[in-house]
Amino acid sequence: MESDKFLIAGKHYLSRLLVGTGKYKDFKETQTAIQESGAEIVTVAIRRTNIGQNVKEESLLDFIPKEKYTYLPNTAGCYSKDDAIRTLRLARELLDGHNLVKLEVLGDPHTLYPNVVETVEAAKTLIKEGFDVMVYTSDDPIIAKQLEDIGCCAIMPLASLIGSGMGILNPHNLEIIIDNAKVPIIVDAGVGTASDAVIAMELGCDGVLMNTAIAAASKPILMAGAMKKAIESGRDAYLAGRMKKKFYQADPSSPTSGLIK
Amino acid sequence: MKIYINGQQKSFEATEICLTTLIEKLAPNEKKFAIEYNGEIISKGNFPQTFLRDGDKLEIVIAVGGG
Repeated sequence: MESDKFLIAGKHYLSRLLVGTGKYKDFKETQTAIQESGAEIVTVAIRRTNIGQNVKEESLLDFIPKEKYTYLPNTAGCYSKDDAIRTLRLARELLDGHNLVKLEVLGDPHTLYPNVVETVEAAKTLIKEGFDVMVYTSDDPIIAKQLEDIGCCAIMPLASLIGSGMGILNPHNLEIIIDNAKVPIIVDAGVGTASDAVIAMELGCDGVLMNTAIAAASKPILMAGAMKKAIESGRDAYLAGRMKKKFYQADPSSPTSGLIK
Repeated sequence: MKIYINGQQKSFEATEICLTTLIEKLAPNEKKFAIEYNGEIISKGNFPQTFLRDGDKLEIVIAVGGG
């Protein structure tokens, strides 16, 4: 749809599917899966390099060209606002002044549930420093609104726990978040299969960010294509406006008159 | 002198070493990285003028796959 634009921090995107680059067999598979998904925004993690080891190892950046994709450096693995801020400052230096980032501050290594208190504090500092912050958070509508009010450019509530594939556990919270928001709402984490992505889009989410649902599928490339279609299909269904549900009352699709008697 | 690089202690015979030289020594093939020197980000333009001394701490990071 020509007029249905997806705008993040002043830039238009054609694809409403955002994908991670982790957990693939190799860089080639990462590359092919991302191509197949049609995603334009891809997340990357920032980690220490192996000093003096693997000197000829290939780099992710060689397979996912910066000219073709918008990089979204994340703060995965950060459990405090200071670690998250530090990581994203390094990311900005690494990516030549790139300001669009994904902030996540985790609260606990078992559930990877976000620590929203630290997240809010980190977001304030990062926004002051000129970052465009897309923020991973819980599906709490109050926190989501606070993060928007601080100035985050996209709010990314979880569908369920990171990497769990449990799907959308609280669609009604997502609806409240969507209804209250003036910035894009992107479901991040927990999507397991295509129907989960469709549901997120039908609820009115502006996009979905996923990694494991594609990378951990038996055939990641096939799943990447399935997710592309799911996102498009869900968006179209949302825009089309679904029919009202009629409980316990059928309504025939064929004429009730002219029946052969 | 000893320098802490990515949390590991490394020993050098020299008493000071320029950051450009150090990177060439340690990560000659690393094309895209960022460096934090004693807690502050240091841009590539400043590598030649940055001389590391005993006890300095460096973090050298790259982009890797992640979600």
